[in-house]
Amino acid sequence: MAVGTNGQERALLWRNIKLDPEEEKVIRKQLERALLLTRVEDMIRWAVNWGKGHSIWPVTFGLACCAIEMMATAQPRYDMARLGYEVFRASPRQADLMIVSGTVTWKMAPILRQIYDQMAEPKYVISMGTCANTGGKYWNYAVVPGVDNIVPVDVYVPGCPPRPESLLYGILQLKKKIEREKRPLFNF
Amino acid sequence: MISQIREKLGELATDVIEGIDMPTVITTKENLLKVIEVLKNELGFNTITDITAVDWYGRRDKRFDVVYHLRKVQSPHRVRIKVAIDDGEKVPSLVPIFEGANWLEREVFDMFGIEFEGHPNMKRILLWEGFPGHPLRKDFFWREEVPLPENE
Repeated sequence: MAVGTNGQERALLWRNIKLDPEEEKVIRKQLERALLLTRVEDMIRWAVNWGKGHSIWPVTFGLACCAIEMMATAQPRYDMARLGYEVFRASPRQADLMIVSGTVTWKMAPILRQIYDQMAEPKYVISMGTCANTGGKYWNYAVVPGVDNIVPVDVYVPGCPPRPESLLYGILQLKKKIEREKRPLFNF
Repeated sequence: MISQIREKLGELATDVIEGIDMPTVITTKENLLKVIEVLKNELGFNTITDITAVDWYGRRDKRFDVVYHLRKVQSPHRVRIKVAIDDGEKVPSLVPIFEGANWLEREVFDMFGIEFEGHPNMKRILLWEGFPGHPLRKDFFWREEVPLPENE
């Protein structure tokens, strides 16, 4: 019941529909009787996004000191696994998420882009730490001023380095983003 | 140690001074290889720990100091060798004497643009081919538009 209600409200939110009071009254009545009113497409999309959002597999890609915090996030104390994000894949082909954890140099940039290109759709990028966000403390002639020069970024996590809590929060923000996503249905 | 170094090197060294942390031999680039050989074979400095350079841009006649750090593994003795060269001059490579000098010399070439004569592979080591200039030179000015590395 709870899931259905959320889905219903979300479906209305997505389509930005304003109901007139009469209609809303009908819907409320139906909800009270545990009846769902949604389109099949929205239902499937909700289910797909729910599945995607709860099992994001990051690619193993550590660049600098932020990678240590990323590893700590995966360890039992902070335990990404309880949220479903534990499987760090060694191959970009099997991964959904790239956590750019650390300073990106211009020499590393083509390799980073190649790994991003090798990932299968749908793919997401979290820019972790100040270096990856803006170039940060180690910015100089050899460092990319922000990884968004190379790949599109979904979530920026600030900090130098960010605590594991910050990274977890960033991933949860990404989950929220994925749940509100409206990709064409036959592209997942 | 410093008196031993003075004794063994004799004429080869321009000066031997007691630095704040280790004895410092000042020599010329013509005598460099001989000095290193004496230090290695007769005094037992059998490891090269570092090669770097100093840019005295506009403050000295000879622009660069190339600095070598040698160390004795069996005892805690270290020695520093300094060679002053001008911009564009080449320094003899240490690779025939110390294998480990290979990458260190490439790094000095990368950062300062000092070429080493007789080096087997005088290429950039850290930055990519096509990077304009040498970043640790004092007159290095970084333009934002640099030719980027190609993905191989």
